[in-house]
Amino acid sequence: MTVAVNPSTTGEPVFYVADEHPHPEGYSTSLGFWIYLMSDCLIFAMLFAAFGVLGANYAAGPAPKDLFDLDLVAVNTSMLLLSSITYGFAMLTMQQNKVGQTQMWLAITGLFGLAFISIELTEFAHMIHEGATPQRSAFLSAFFTLVGTHGLHVSCGLIWLVTLMVQVGKFGLIEANRRRLMCLSMFWHFLDVVWIGVFTFVYLLGVLR
Amino acid sequence: MNTDTHAAHAGDHHHDDGHAHSTFSGYMLGFVLSVVLTAIPFWLVMGGALPSKQITALVIMAFAVVQIVVHMIYFLHMSPKSENGWTMMALIFTIVMVVIALSGSLWVMNHLNSNMMPMHEMTGMK
Repeated sequence: MTVAVNPSTTGEPVFYVADEHPHPEGYSTSLGFWIYLMSDCLIFAMLFAAFGVLGANYAAGPAPKDLFDLDLVAVNTSMLLLSSITYGFAMLTMQQNKVGQTQMWLAITGLFGLAFISIELTEFAHMIHEGATPQRSAFLSAFFTLVGTHGLHVSCGLIWLVTLMVQVGKFGLIEANRRRLMCLSMFWHFLDVVWIGVFTFVYLLGVLR
Repeated sequence: MNTDTHAAHAGDHHHDDGHAHSTFSGYMLGFVLSVVLTAIPFWLVMGGALPSKQITALVIMAFAVVQIVVHMIYFLHMSPKSENGWTMMALIFTIVMVVIALSGSLWVMNHLNSNMMPMHEMTGMK
């Protein structure tokens, strides 16, 4: 790194750091986005820790066995897994510059994501209707916070997905849109990784307990 | 660096930014592995195939770890070479933090639970 000295009009030297290695636009986006995902990972780790500590405190309320329907969770898990592979197909068609097919796979991904959120909200509504609200016990507070935060992430991902479909529709698969689609790809697959933790530690181990 | 080399660098940067280019077979392999690694834990818990709950718990946790690694490799395209190893460094750092936070929380709170007596037993000891 070099420090250049420029004589200004007043005669005093002005110091500035010359960037010796200019980078093209978006050069560091994927690494920066990865570091964001890692920080998001820490949020989920804290929520998992809270669930691990409080997950058995039912306060004489309903336990996982009374609440969770594993068939529904299995359907939900397959929705998210299918949305992951269809997003992968969207990335593959994007690499081949096929705008129409990329849009189609993005739309299918969005539908699977929407199905996931709908099933989750139905499950929440059913639980709350039975009196298993977040206020009922520490277990339910931790459950709704952890699973709700994941659902919120998926919802934000869906909004992002629709935004990018509009972008691709308007401007095509330009360099900036490719970069954005790549970031959403990382985000979407990351949410699937978090869901592996959720269905294993919250649902399966909860029913097992 | 002059503007000519800058422009040349900008033109071909998507070839040398260190990303593993995804392939159809890679995604399909990841998907099939994920389906298998998801189906087995669900089957173990719903069918009660294993005799002991402890063994079942350990087995499904092992499946979760393997599936996370599969997702990392086939869907997130993690490799030690991407971004000159910086994504891997960030990942390793995060894993260390997560392990410390999770195991520390569970360990401390578990000891707290077992060392604290319920209130009605405490009142009799005064």
